[in-house]
Amino acid sequence: MSKTTTTGASPDAAPDDQDIGAAGSQLSTAPAEEAPNLPSLGVIGWARWFWRQLTSMRVALLLLLLLALGAIPGSLIPQTGVDATKVADFEKSHPTLAPIYDKLGLFHVYSSVWFSAIYILLFVSLIGCIVPRTWQFVGQLRSRPPRAPKRLTRLPAYTTWRTGAEPEQVHEAALALLKKRRFRAHLSGDAVAAEKGYLREVGNLAFHIALIVMLVAFAWGQLFKSEGNKLVVEGDGFSNTLSQYDDFKSGNLFHADDLVPFSFTLNKFTGTYETSGPNKGTPRLYQASVTYSEGAYGKDRKTLVKVNHPLEIGDAKVYLTAHGYAPMVTVRDGKGNVVYRDAAPMLPLDSNVTSTGVVKVFDGYKNAKGVSEQLGIQTFLLPTYVKGNEVASQFPALLNPVLNLTPYHGDLGVNSGIPQSVYQLDKRHMKGFKDSKGAQLRANLRPGETMKLPNGAGSVTYDGTKEWANFQVVQEPGGGWALAGALTAIFGLAASLFIQRRRVWVRAVKGADGVTVVEMAGLGRSESAKVPEELGDLAGVLYEQAPGAPDTAADPADPSHSADPHVVPAEGAEKK
Amino acid sequence: MTLAAATDLAAATNEHLANISNTLIYSAMAVYTLAFFAYIAEWLFGSRSKVGRTAAALTEAKKADAPAVAVNKAGGTAVLERPKVVVRSAAGQRDVPDGPGAHGGDEQGDLYGRIAISLTVLAFLVELGGVVARAASVERAPWGNMYEFNITFSTVAVGVYLALLALKKNVRWLGLPLITTVLLDLGLAVTVLYTASDQLVPALHSYWLYIHVSTAIFCGAVFYVGAVATIMYLFKDNYENKLATGGTPGRFANSVLDRLPSSASLDKFAYRVNAAVFPLWTFTIIAGAIWAGDAWGRYWGWDPKETWSFITWVAYAGYLHARATAGWKGRKAAYLALIAFGCWLFNYYGVNIFVSGKHSYAGV
Ligand code: HEM
Repeated sequence: MSKTTTTGASPDAAPDDQDIGAAGSQLSTAPAEEAPNLPSLGVIGWARWFWRQLTSMRVALLLLLLLALGAIPGSLIPQTGVDATKVADFEKSHPTLAPIYDKLGLFHVYSSVWFSAIYILLFVSLIGCIVPRTWQFVGQLRSRPPRAPKRLTRLPAYTTWRTGAEPEQVHEAALALLKKRRFRAHLSGDAVAAEKGYLREVGNLAFHIALIVMLVAFAWGQLFKSEGNKLVVEGDGFSNTLSQYDDFKSGNLFHADDLVPFSFTLNKFTGTYETSGPNKGTPRLYQASVTYSEGAYGKDRKTLVKVNHPLEIGDAKVYLTAHGYAPMVTVRDGKGNVVYRDAAPMLPLDSNVTSTGVVKVFDGYKNAKGVSEQLGIQTFLLPTYVKGNEVASQFPALLNPVLNLTPYHGDLGVNSGIPQSVYQLDKRHMKGFKDSKGAQLRANLRPGETMKLPNGAGSVTYDGTKEWANFQVVQEPGGGWALAGALTAIFGLAASLFIQRRRVWVRAVKGADGVTVVEMAGLGRSESAKVPEELGDLAGVLYEQAPGAPDTAADPADPSHSADPHVVPAEGAEKK
Repeated sequence: MTLAAATDLAAATNEHLANISNTLIYSAMAVYTLAFFAYIAEWLFGSRSKVGRTAAALTEAKKADAPAVAVNKAGGTAVLERPKVVVRSAAGQRDVPDGPGAHGGDEQGDLYGRIAISLTVLAFLVELGGVVARAASVERAPWGNMYEFNITFSTVAVGVYLALLALKKNVRWLGLPLITTVLLDLGLAVTVLYTASDQLVPALHSYWLYIHVSTAIFCGAVFYVGAVATIMYLFKDNYENKLATGGTPGRFANSVLDRLPSSASLDKFAYRVNAAVFPLWTFTIIAGAIWAGDAWGRYWGWDPKETWSFITWVAYAGYLHARATAGWKGRKAAYLALIAFGCWLFNYYGVNIFVSGKHSYAGV
């Protein structure tokens, strides 16, 4: 029994194996592995050698592993693109390590030179691999399945019987049967050669091509991407032009004209929260009711924007990304004239939406002496105030709102040209209002209440609270291509992994005693139980058309005279 | 943490269901423990047999080099009988028969093995009940946090094992390692990871979540089965190598490994399992990207969880390539498969616990 080795042991094995090798040739389009022996042929030789290496399976594997390895640091070290503040924190706490990391591009791994180098090499390799494989495959489609090897017994699945039918009859029946089973079959010499499962190669090539499509689509998206944020208070609107954004990022090839024209108004923001239990305060629902119109003169339409449900207008998607409160405040001067009436958005500080902000009165205010001044009122909002806890809200919804005000007057410093945060007060040129005891004036107001500024300097009224929502508007072209590539990749992959490419040969010759001997053998690209199963099935059908002949005493055509005890009849081979 | 964390009256029925779920999970653990002992008994009784099939095959094999062919001499009688197909390994492979299984051909061992499988089925059903009750109590799919993820994961892993058994695949040997780890997984779930039932934060409200997470759990369970088979393959391959080169493995190795399927069978099984779910894993990542596109405004942003899914994917792709690359078949490819599963595990536990990103919700 040939158990441990089947190659090279017997003297006649070598030509035999060549024969088998030819039978199994081109069963895939995988590049042949060659030892990396170094070339001696000057520049062109080296270039060719390099190209061969780059497009070999071994290097593809190596590059894949490198890509996986290279992706790791980006998940463990804070990334500028994901969370810039974390990077800043890291830089502060690791003063020696951070500059080294920075040099190595470890704070932006996925756009670093070395990471790009890996995937660009991989994709060059991929293209260099796909092109020749495609040609090779086309060649295989145009040629015919290779002829039967001399000794079919050496193939992974084999069966034989003697029949009374003529060899030609057997060949004909085999051809008809195999073609019916959608094999490509032809008669070559004394045997029928057939092959099936070409879709496997199609799938494999489609998968690898789809990878390229996905990468190109992704790169395209990055180059033409735009992403802007806009905070909108209930009742306010937004129209999609560059100047309206609070902040805006775009890819290198983006142009302002690419912005999809639309506008919308935030009618109402609704947030609901778990009211009890251990997760009290956890958000349950966020939704923004908006009225939007497409183009410059589009019809008004109403819709809800929710987390996970962006509003899609053309290529643009409008996401709801954050929300908070904007207390409505009215400021009057000493004469009772309204100098400010607006909702000032405030920045949430914690999960119970304790918020902070500033009401800035830039012009129109005159103090008690009639001199123009600016006002800055530091504000602190507790949406749910519970007695005894003056510094933090106890629940995220507006159950018992209290607005804490600390007013200042003087110069807001906005004319210095340095951009200011709307949530912060630059107090360098501001003086606090003093209460009767000479301490900084502060007041806690409920909606509707008013705080008087000292000495007839005016008043501040807390009228009520609006909500604001932050919208992120994203345009990223190429998403459709990426999705198409992804779907192709899955189907190609499935075809390439689940379809088995295999060959079947049927040989029928007259033996010395005039009885026809039928031999059938099957070969798969990889070993599989399916190949013998299918062969058994085919043999069963063929056997009915060319039934067994009565056994003669000796069996000269039988190449082996002893049954192998370990031989396993394939599943299905003996069905019926 | 205690079971009775939520004490809201309105949620009383849900609370009740959650308690039922907890009881079922604990019961399942108890039954799994019994199954565990039955598997042990199967292995113990199986060790009485002295089959030594591997050794026999490997030493005998060296003698002859005639082609291994048996021909069915059909005819003889007039009965219409199908010709038998002879199967033969490709050149260069050891032709070692599969081991008899944990029971080692011992009748009593086999009986314990069957009891173990019955108990596993029972435990699986009870655990499934626990998962369903949990889902009913939270009124959503049971994978909002790591506790739920763990109980669902182990249920699916056992389900995959039982399904393979039902399909008459040669996987009975998987029972003991699988149930051992299922017990560990559940132990971890009920102690460290327990989270009182709760609803989802808005970001998790999406049907893509159902698609993405359910396939992720399923892929993980199948990858896990593949990894166990790979480990077994490495042991068995080592054992066969030793025998083939004239070495003498220890008594324990002899007793245990001889009963496993041959290294070639294990290798093939591991490959099939991994290859079969790889397209689904690809789909899982794509579904995640679509969901991320809806939820966060970008379909890919190198969030740690995304990154590790990608790493896992690339590692498995590397494994599949390795199988097609000369010089990487066999053990080297097996190591790659284990590394790939390690990446999956890290993505599942490591990223949730050690790395913070957008995917950390609801406690752990
Ligand atoms: C982006 C990187 C790549 C990925 C993610 C990838 C992924 C895969 C996967 C998952 C398979 C398994 C499917 C199967 O076995 O039929 C496969 C097969 C294959 N890949 Fe790639 N691949 C990549 C790059 C390459 C490159 C650069 C080459 C060229 C050297 C290549 C050549 C092949 C070949 C020839 C097969 C079929 C192997 C066989 O016939 O069994 N791949 N690839």
